[in-house]
Amino acid sequence: MKYIEPHAHMVSRSTDDYTKLALAGCEAICEPAFWAGFDRSSPKGFFDYYRQLTEYEPARAAKFGIPHFCWLCINPKEAEDPVFAREVMSLIPEFIDKPTVLGIGEIGLNKNTRNELAIFEEHVQIALDRDLPILIHTPHLEDKLKGTRLMLDSLANFSSLNRDKVIIDHVEEHTVDLVLDQGYWAGMTLYPESKCTPNRAIDILETHEGSRLWLNSACDWGVSDPLAVVKCGFEMKKRQHSAEAVEKILFENPKRFLSQCPNFKLA
Amino acid sequence: MPTKKDILDIHFMDARCKLIDVAAFLDRMERHAGEADFRLQAFKNAIPILLSDQPGRARAMLEAFSDHSSEPAASASTQGASGAPDPSLTN
Repeated sequence: MKYIEPHAHMVSRSTDDYTKLALAGCEAICEPAFWAGFDRSSPKGFFDYYRQLTEYEPARAAKFGIPHFCWLCINPKEAEDPVFAREVMSLIPEFIDKPTVLGIGEIGLNKNTRNELAIFEEHVQIALDRDLPILIHTPHLEDKLKGTRLMLDSLANFSSLNRDKVIIDHVEEHTVDLVLDQGYWAGMTLYPESKCTPNRAIDILETHEGSRLWLNSACDWGVSDPLAVVKCGFEMKKRQHSAEAVEKILFENPKRFLSQCPNFKLA
Repeated sequence: MPTKKDILDIHFMDARCKLIDVAAFLDRMERHAGEADFRLQAFKNAIPILLSDQPGRARAMLEAFSDHSSEPAASASTQGASGAPDPSLTN
C-alpha cells in the first residue's frame, strides 16, 4: 500500500521498524523535532539532536530506500523555560537551510502555559519570516481542547499567516471541527490508547470533507505503532472504502500539503 | 458504504469486549483499598453519555474529559496529562 508517514520520530525506532515501513509501502517519512522522553540538560543537546535529524537519520533511512525529512523547533514540553527555549531556537538558523528540512514543527502547547504560548508565537514568527510551513502539536488528553483553542486564537493574530501551510496535529472528535472550520489542515494520530484509534479516525473521515486531513503514527519511544497508518488503510478497506479513497488519505493528501515545502521531493 | 449489519459484524465483538472491560474496571476499583482521585469521578460522570440518543457521543465523551478553562496557566506544575482535568489545578 503506497503511503507517506508524515509524522514519525524515527530517532527512537529500530532498523527493524525501517524494514517494516519499507515493506509496507512507505514512500517518505517526515520527522518533527520533539521531546526525547526526558528534558535535555543544556541547549547543546539540541545541537546534537538537530544534527541527528538533518544528517544521521536521513542517511539511516536511505539504507532502506525511504526519503527522510524533518521539521525543526524546540518542543512545547521543554518550552516552559523561555530562556532555555530561546537559546535552543537560536540554533535553528544554522540548520533550517539543510536540504531535508521541511519547516517549523512540531511547535505547540503542552500544559497551556503563558511561557509555552510565548515560545509558540515566536516559532510562528520564524516560519513567517522564512515563508515556511508549520506543523503544530496539540496537547495531550484533558489539555487538548483548551490548548487547541488557545493556539487558534493566537494564530488568528498573525494576519499574514497562510493557513494552507499550517497543519494542526493530533486532532480528535472534539477538536477537528475547530481546526478545519478555520481553514487549517488537520492531522489524526493513531495511537493504541490516547489520541485516535484507526476506527475513530475513519469515523472522522466519513463525517468530514477530507481534503485537508492526514493520518500519522507519531511513533516514538512510547506505546505507539510505526505501522499504524498502513493498518488504518487496511481498516478502511474492511469498511468498504475504495482503493482510491485509501490512497487519497494515505498518500495524496500528505503529498499535497508537504509539496508546499520546497525541500519535499519523492524519489 | 457498509450497512448497520456490516458494522455489527465488524465491530460488535470489539465494542462488547471494551464495554465489559469498563464494567470490570469499575468492579476492580470498588474491590481495592484506598481512596480514588478525581479521575474516577470524571469517568463515572462520562458514562451516561453512552446512553445518549444523539450523535456525537465520542466528541461529548472527550469534552467531558477536557479542561474547559480558557486562560493560559501561569506555569506548568507537571509535564504530563492524567486523562481528566484535576479540579485542584484548573483555572
